[in-house]
Parts: sequence; structure tokens; C-alpha cells
Amino acid sequence: MKRFLEKAVKWILTGSGFVTSAVILLIIAFLFTGGAGLFGESVVEEGYVLALNEDNPVRSMTAAEIKAVFDEDIVNWKELGGPDLQIKTFRLEDADEYFTEESLGPQYEYAGAAIVSLVKSHPGMVAFVPESLIPENSGLNFIEDKNISPGEVLGGTEWFPTAAPAPLFGVLPLLAGTLWVSLFAILFALPFGISIAVYMSEVASERVRGFLKPVIELLNGIPSVVYGFFGLIVIVPMLQQVFGLPVGESGLAGSLVLAIMALPTIVTVAEDAMRSCPRTLREASLALGATKWQTIYKVVIPSSMSGIASGVVLGIGRAVGETMAVLMVTGNAAVIPTSILEPLRTIPATIAAELGEAPAGGAHYQSLFLLGVILFFITFFINMCVECISSRNRSKNS
Amino acid sequence: MERPSYPQGCSVRKRRAQTFAFAAFRTLSLLIVLILFAILGFIVVKGAGAINWDFLTKAPADGMTSGGIFPAIAGTLLLMLGSAIVAFPVGIMSGIYMNEYASKGWVVKFIRLMTNNLSGVPSIVFGLFGMALFVKYLGFGDSILAGSLTLGLLSLPLVIRTTEEALKDIPDGIREGSLALGATKLQTIWKVVLPMGMPRIITGLILSLGRVSGETAPILFTCAAYFFPQLPTSIFDQCMALPYHLYVISTSGTDIEAQQPIAYGTALVLVAIVLIINLLASLLRKYFENRLKTH
Amino acid sequence: MEKIEARNVDFYYGNFQALKHISMDIPQNKVVAFIGPSGCGKSTFLRLFNRMNDLVPGARLTGEILIDGKNIYAPEVQVDELRKEVGMVFQRPNPFPKSIFENVAYGLKVNGIKDKEFIAHRVEESLKGAALWNEVKDKLGASAYALSGGQQQRLCIARAMAVSPSVLLMDEPASALDPISTAKIEELICEMRNQVTVVIVTHNMQQASRVSDKTAFFYMGEMIEYDDTKVIFTNPHKEATQNYITGRFG
Repeated sequence: MKRFLEKAVKWILTGSGFVTSAVILLIIAFLFTGGAGLFGESVVEEGYVLALNEDNPVRSMTAAEIKAVFDEDIVNWKELGGPDLQIKTFRLEDADEYFTEESLGPQYEYAGAAIVSLVKSHPGMVAFVPESLIPENSGLNFIEDKNISPGEVLGGTEWFPTAAPAPLFGVLPLLAGTLWVSLFAILFALPFGISIAVYMSEVASERVRGFLKPVIELLNGIPSVVYGFFGLIVIVPMLQQVFGLPVGESGLAGSLVLAIMALPTIVTVAEDAMRSCPRTLREASLALGATKWQTIYKVVIPSSMSGIASGVVLGIGRAVGETMAVLMVTGNAAVIPTSILEPLRTIPATIAAELGEAPAGGAHYQSLFLLGVILFFITFFINMCVECISSRNRSKNS
Repeated sequence: MERPSYPQGCSVRKRRAQTFAFAAFRTLSLLIVLILFAILGFIVVKGAGAINWDFLTKAPADGMTSGGIFPAIAGTLLLMLGSAIVAFPVGIMSGIYMNEYASKGWVVKFIRLMTNNLSGVPSIVFGLFGMALFVKYLGFGDSILAGSLTLGLLSLPLVIRTTEEALKDIPDGIREGSLALGATKLQTIWKVVLPMGMPRIITGLILSLGRVSGETAPILFTCAAYFFPQLPTSIFDQCMALPYHLYVISTSGTDIEAQQPIAYGTALVLVAIVLIINLLASLLRKYFENRLKTH
Repeated sequence: MEKIEARNVDFYYGNFQALKHISMDIPQNKVVAFIGPSGCGKSTFLRLFNRMNDLVPGARLTGEILIDGKNIYAPEVQVDELRKEVGMVFQRPNPFPKSIFENVAYGLKVNGIKDKEFIAHRVEESLKGAALWNEVKDKLGASAYALSGGQQQRLCIARAMAVSPSVLLMDEPASALDPISTAKIEELICEMRNQVTVVIVTHNMQQASRVSDKTAFFYMGEMIEYDDTKVIFTNPHKEATQNYITGRFG
């Protein structure tokens, strides 16, 4: 009986030991199945077609081209490889421009035929209409229905998931926004983080250190939404005044908030690394006539470099994945940032802001899962870097 | 060997460099303390005005432009409890397995790698995952259950690491002493190892609750309700939560003037919870340390 | 001629008195060994000569220590200046995680010497002085950690000597080494006599008798006896010394 209990407990414990691994696998599985579906969606909104005049030779358009056509950024078929012909767009909302209510019938039963004849009479027309409206053998041409391609998504420079007829899912602006804001956050946090770590581990008395340690812990404990709130109420208006910006919500506001948030990670890890630098090395340096400061920058910092590096990388990880604070202060403009003073939008903020509005299972919804996959892999990669750095360090020390 | 001729004044210069560098470090450290106090002070000063008995015990009213935040406080406490029920047993068991059972080798390395990776996963990814698995796939809907599970998974790495580190510091001699008296491994862990590690484990668990209390992204799509004035009656109900409440009130408010004080008050309550938890943890740490000394 | 003079030195760690009324003279360019059981204060005393104990919180000293007639605990004395004059070799080899060359050049560089040619010349000289040159001359850029323990300790001696101190403190320099490496270190100490005043703390009484001119025996924070090495090992005046060197305690 006793032996059986021992065995059973051992198995239960073993099982729980692998829970984290299982969760990681589940995360990958669920994000992937959610995100991969995006590439099975068609470029044009589900259930709709783009109908063309039968003389128009154009058969394929990318999502970006479709958007440009309907935004009237592209106005001639020539630009799409077709004849020199003015483009005329038609959406259902435009119906009353062309038809009277009677001609469509009380139940819109004549709408299909009316639209077909409209497109036939305008050689440059492209109509965005429900597939079900168009009768078979209408004689019209259609833009080929293609699936969204990975290239369009991963290399796309426009994020416009609610555009009709063709939503755009280019992740580059979001990726750039994420990296841009994190980069600046780390640039701000780095000098602070290293200085505080050096001060705590090498300069401060035990009492001062005993005071600073809980301060850093508390900075780490303040919820990100509180940082976001503080940023929104204090930092954003301040930046707007100082730099004379049209809006204070900007990459800079995000970076400042993120810098404060990434700081505790950098300080804690870097300080640990410096404190573990052997005392004998410090003594050797001091005994040669070096000052304490010379000892710090010539011996302590170089020999704890890998620890400091992991702290910084972990800080980057924290900045990249941070959601709420960034969502609240960066202004969320999905454009590739050219300056840190402009609003920008990060991947986590996009997921948080849009998932609630995206219809479940649709292309938009799936694109957000794809963003989740990208984010997961960025942070996974960052963690692997940290593991590499610290395991190399461990083998060096032993 | 001839004596090198050391440059004149170098010694003064390098001491001056040291004075300068240390002054810079001290200033930057002081600055960060000031930043913390500025943030806390700002929230305390601005929020204190909003706090009163009604604010803490009443539900929001008039389209969230007046009334209290009681449902949000209750929701946050419920979520903390729920995530504790999810994460603590599994996390502690996993920590015990890592330190006491797993053979030191690639298994431990692999689990530790995975645990570290999990702790690096952004909270919004937990939110996505929680929605996909608990809300949709398992059909729990937006509910306290789904939120607790998501938050529980999020705090799991912290619980595991705390447990593991607490147990790692217990000297092997103590285990051997117990085993030598004929106790089984399980008895040794249950009667000797765990009680000794408990103080540090408990401190770590409390801190993990602090983290859970402030998380917003994971509950955005799994649990949090914009407005749910009554208390939840089952784990399949949605609930309000302080961090989410602060987020909606401060970003998508309908009446900024009226809602500003509520936002400050909510932020203060949230920060107070975190402060209390941190204080509790450090008091417990001190208490256990003293008890260890006197015995 | 006396190089180091200690006058009535008392030393405390907080409330604990680690050294009691020690006075001794150490002659220039001789080797003086400190022996005694663990915790007797010999290392503590040694570390007073380059003020290494300044780092210990709660440490306090009364009395005077003079080097070349100047009190090294006088307020106007700068420790880094002092430590240029008084080098130290530690119990375990502690090279920096840098190249062999950088290790030896370190002391020169932190003391403001920039002349590359001089530094290179000096590194070579010091490594030759530590009988390490032939073993490392082709790999000066390699990490110091690639050397064996004995080589690392000789590197540390070269590192200390590169600054050209007039006193070299050695805190059980061979205790972590194998017998062959130990012999090499002892040989070095004998060669350095005449150039530099060596004060060596050792556990190993044979070592003390082999390398030192004078020996001091410490016990419980007190200096029991200090005399020529020959006298201490053949005809000590105090019973405690006798007991210690014959191995009756310690």
C-alpha cells in the first residue's frame, strides 16, 4: 500500500513537471491553427466577387491593388496591365446612383440582372457585389479568386484589416512599430539599468541597497495598466507640450513607459551577475593599485558581461511583449514609423485592440492569431538567446 | 628591473574619475527612486479623493460615470483566488518534481528551458491562447473559469521557480538524515523538506498573486466584463476586474470629466493591492527569518 | 635597514579583536614568513600592509604601520599609491578573465602608463622574472584561464611584479598547487630576494624554512615569536612555537 502510494505520487509529480512543456505545445498548436487559416481565406471578402466588363482582359489583382482601385489611388486599367481605360468602381452602396428602387424590384430580385447590364454597358467598370446576386452565364469576367499569400502578409506594408473589398494584412508596420518602440525603450533603460545595478552591487552601502531593492521590486510589481494610465495622464500631455506635437500619443511615450517597465528586469539580472563576480578578482585588481571604479569597469563589468547581456535581452523581451501600457500611450497608428515622435502601433497592442471586434473565424480574427504566432516566436527566440548566453556562462565558470 | 616612471597626476585623475562616476550612479539611482515615488505619489494624491466607503462597496452607476467599483474589486479577488487554485498545486508539484525526483540531466534542463520560455511568453499571447482553448474550444465562454485558467497558466512558471529555489537551498544532509531513519522518500518530502521550504514558497506564492492581480491582457478576451454590476453567481459568469476597469474608463470613457476621479480611484485601489501584497511578502520573509534565528 | 615597521598594532573586526599589540620590523629585501594555525591572524596582519582590510566593513585599526618610515594609515595616504608600492599574490590563482598579456599589463595601465612599447617590454620582463615566458611567449593573446593552476599563479606573480613594487605580500601562494608547481614558486621567491621585500604567509612549515630569512609565529591574534628562521625551527624560545613546529597542535 505504502509502496503503491509512493509510486502514484511520483507519477503525479512527474506529470505536473511536464505541464509547462505541454502548455507551450498547446500554445503553439492553438495559435498556429488559428493563424494558419488566414492563408486559406480569399483575398476578396468571403461571398463577394469583383465583376468586370467582358472586354476587360485584367484577371488578377493583389489585395493592395484592389484597395488602391477602390480608394481611387489607381484610376486607369493601364496601371494594372489592362487597356487605357478609366476605372469606374461600383459597390452596392452606390446602387441608387444608377438605379431606381423600382428597377431593382421590391425584394431586389432584379438587382443581379441590373448590375450585369450596368457592368456590360461600362467597359471600365469593376463591381464589388455578392456572388449570389450574379446569375450564372452572365457573360461577365471576374477577378480570379486567390488565397491570401504569406508574402503579402509578411512583406506587406499596410495593415488595414477592415478594408472592403480586400482587407490588407501587411504585418511590417506592426513589426516595425514593435521593434522601434522596444529599441528606444532599451536605449533609455540601458544606461539607467546598468548604473543602478553597478551602484547597488558595488557602491551602495548595505543599508542603501536594502532600500533600493524593494524600490526596484515595486517598480516591477506595478501593473502595466497603471503604467499606461500614468503615461496617458502625465507623460503624453507632457511630450505634446515639450515637442509641440499634434498628439502626444507617440512612440516616444511608449518607449518611456516601457523603459521604466523593463528597468527592474535589467537591474535585477545585471546586479545578480555583478555580485557573483568573485571577490578574489576584485582584490587582485585593487592590489595592483586600481581604484574601485577602474576595478568595476575593467574587471567586474567585463567578467559579468554575459549576465548583463541576459538582463538586457530579457528586458527587450519584456518590452516587445508588453501590451496594455503601449496600447494606451502609443496612439496606435498602423504605419511604418519614420520618427519616434509619431504615433505607432505594436503587435501586442493590435491584438488587444482588435480581437474584440474581429468576427470569430474570419480573416481578421485569423490574422490576429498570426500576429500572436509572430510575437510568440520573437519572444521564444529572445528567450533562447538568454538561455544560450547564460548556459555558455555556466560552462565557462565551471 | 627598472622602475616604471608613473605619470604625474594620474592618481589624482583616476580618483576624480571615480568620484564623478559614482556620483553619476548615485544620481541615476536616486532618479529612479524619485520616478517610483512620483508615480505612486501621483496616484495616491489624485486617487485618495475618490476613495470612500461607497466607492469601495457600490456598483458603478449612470453609465459608469458615478458609483463605486465593488464588482471590479470582487472580480479581481475572485480571479486571484481562481488562478491560485489552478497554479499553486500544479506549480508546487512541478517544483518538487524538478528538485526531488527528476534525475539531473537533460530532463531537468528541458523542463527548465520550457518553464523559462513560458515565463517569457507575452501576456497577450496567453490571452489569445486562453480564448482559443478555454473560451472557444472547451466552450467555457467568457467566464471566471476561463480567466482563472489563463491567469493560472501565466503564473505557473513563477510558482515553479519559487518552489524549486526554496527546495534547492535545503541541504541534502537533512534529506539523508530522514532517509537514514527509515523514512520513505515521500515521507521525507512531506514531513521534512516541504515544511522547511514552506516559508519561501509561501512568500513566492503571495508575490505571484500580486502579479496576477494587475494583469489585463490575459483576461481581455477570456473573462473581463465591461459592465457587470452584480456579483457573479457561478464560475461560468463573466466578472469585472480592476485593471480592465481602469483601462476602459481611462481610454474609452463617455464622460471624461466625471470618469477621471473614478479612474484615479481605481488605479489607487489596484496599486494598494500590489503594495499590500509586496508588504505582506516582505513581512512574512522577515517573520520566517526571525523564527529561524530564534529556534 | 627596516622596510616595514609595525608599532603596537591592534586590529578589530567589529567587536572581535583579531590582532593584539603586534610590533615587528621587517628588513628590506629579505623574505619573512608568517606561520601559525588557521585563524591565528597571520593573513589579517599581512593584509594590513597594503590596506586590503579597508574593504571589510567594521574593521578598525589602532597603532601604526610604517613603510619606508611613513605611516601608511595616515589620512593623506592614498591607497592606490600605496598598493603600487606593495604588491600582493593571493591564496588561489586569480587571473582576470583576459589574455595573458592583458593580465600582466593591467597594473601598468590602471596606473596611467600608455607607452605600448614600454608595456610590451615590461610584460616580457615580468613573465621572464616569473619563469613563465618560455611557456607562454607564443600565446600571449590566449586567455589566462587556458593556463594550468601553477602557471596561473606564476602569472599572478608576474602581474604583481610588473608594477615593480618594493614589497610583495604572498598569502599562502602555493596552498592550492601541486608539489611541482609549489617548488617552482619557492624557487621564484628565492630569486626575488634582493629585489623586493617578500612577506609570505604559509601553512607549510617546510616551505617557511626553505624560503624565508626570518619567521614569525602567530597564535590567537598574538605574535608569539619572531626571529631568524634558523632559530625558530631549531631552537625556539617559546614553548608554543616549539609545540607548533613539532606538530603537537595546529
